[in-house]
Amino acid sequence: MAAPALKIAAASAADPAKTPAAPVVALPQRKAVPAAGRLAKKASTIAAAVLPPLVVVVALMLIWQLAANRPGATLPAPSVIWAESKDLILEPFFVAGPQDIGLGWRVLTSLQRVAIGFGLAAVAGVLVGAIIGQSVWAMRGLDPVFQVLRTVPPLAWLPISLAAFRDANPSAIFVIFITSVWPILINTAVGIRNIPADYQNVAKVLRLNAIEYFFKIMVPSAAPYIFTGLRIGIGLSWLAIVAAEMLTGGVGIGFFIWDAWNSSKLSDIIVALLYIGIVGFALDRLVAAVGSVVTRGTLAS
Amino acid sequence: MPAYLKLDHIDKSFTRAGVTSEVLRDVNLVINAGEYLSIIGHSGCGKSTLLNLIAGLTQVSAGAVLMEDREVNAPGPERAVVFQNHSLLPWLSVYDNVRLAVDKVFSGVKTKAERHDWIVHNLDLVQMGHARDKRPGEISGGMKQRVGIARALAMEPKILLLDEPFGALDALTRARLQDSVMDIHARLKNTMIMITHDVDEAVLLSDRIVMMTNGPSATIGEVLAVPLSRPRRRLDLVSDPRYIAAREAVLRFLYERHKLMEAA
Repeated sequence: MAAPALKIAAASAADPAKTPAAPVVALPQRKAVPAAGRLAKKASTIAAAVLPPLVVVVALMLIWQLAANRPGATLPAPSVIWAESKDLILEPFFVAGPQDIGLGWRVLTSLQRVAIGFGLAAVAGVLVGAIIGQSVWAMRGLDPVFQVLRTVPPLAWLPISLAAFRDANPSAIFVIFITSVWPILINTAVGIRNIPADYQNVAKVLRLNAIEYFFKIMVPSAAPYIFTGLRIGIGLSWLAIVAAEMLTGGVGIGFFIWDAWNSSKLSDIIVALLYIGIVGFALDRLVAAVGSVVTRGTLAS
Repeated sequence: MPAYLKLDHIDKSFTRAGVTSEVLRDVNLVINAGEYLSIIGHSGCGKSTLLNLIAGLTQVSAGAVLMEDREVNAPGPERAVVFQNHSLLPWLSVYDNVRLAVDKVFSGVKTKAERHDWIVHNLDLVQMGHARDKRPGEISGGMKQRVGIARALAMEPKILLLDEPFGALDALTRARLQDSVMDIHARLKNTMIMITHDVDEAVLLSDRIVMMTNGPSATIGEVLAVPLSRPRRRLDLVSDPRYIAAREAVLRFLYERHKLMEAA
């Protein structure tokens, strides 16, 4: 990739070089080459990142197409999915009736639930984690309880939350909360426990009060741990919402899958899976990106 | 007149897992205002513990640390500490690290503009004004230690406590920083207490050198006054008989009378 671009740059710089004043031509040449070179470099980096997954996806689609075209195949081939469900792929935001809306809307509904549940989990997890991280006795008392609770699968909470809230939407949000709060809480506690003694001494010499200590030392120092927890938490939230919506109904992407299964629209289900995967990936990257901005410099000593 | 800082019959022991070990026993010392005092001794003699007691970061088991006749038992900005490994907060810029201290200590006393000038003034004092927007990860070890000193000085402490401030630096950087500290001490005339295990550093910088016996149950073995006039210049001192004598006295104490009796 880089070679042709360099040649073009050299050729364009060669024209002024015909004039006798040699030192004058040196400057534009030096400017032109890095600019074109940088562009070529950028293009080759993007290609290096995009091409391999593209090749893999195309290869998988081919295998899938061949496998699903055999007689007796139970799942639709990519070509069939495209024929049956291309409206779902091409128009994520159509509205054709109260229950006939684009997958984009359904994903947004699910994301709204995740935002509330995960937001609550983040606040509660960081606050309780901070307390546990600071107090040896709170750690001893609560850690075993949390270690047991965090292994409970998301859906196992659903009947109890339905009984408690008597409504589908808050129950789904509660399931998100209870699923994602543990990694946030435990990681925060570990991060707080690992605050270097030096920082604590600095805080003591400066006589920082509890609130100043929380915001100026504790949170920034534990930020890398907190964001590890948040990243695990957002992933779990997205796992849990789909499962919870399958059972609670409504307009979410999870219920869409269940509904499509009941009316035997396998193509729609596969398209929905793609949506879920891409949104989950985007959520993970979003939290990771926020984390890398917020924790910039925190790990350097 | 009460003593500026008085260590009065201090004992310190730590209890861990039911076992009590005595680190310091019966430490007595009077420190004068404006004095540069070094505490020297082998590793494990409790000199860092002693500094932490003066800083108020740990509590005495018996006895008292008295500052102008008032007991010290909690840390505070009037006894600023320069930590051995600089302890700058890596997520804050050099300027913000100093600002954290200045905002806390002078929040009700100085206006925002005055505080800004004070931060810049202290960074200039340690010749770090040029790097104020850098983060600690982007500057060298010697520069970090300079910022640590600036942060401590910016608290306008009555006593500056330095815990092996140059221990982690290479010899040339260390020499430059020692000169800086001497210069600051000459200008500000503040009281400084420095932990060190470098004999030359102790003699060069100090008015008095406190020599600790070996632990456990360490105490002050001897206090040596260094009768060298200030300002002191490294090169002039090399052949100064008083410098050589002071150096020899400390070396004899450390390696003849209180040799460390262990394999390490």
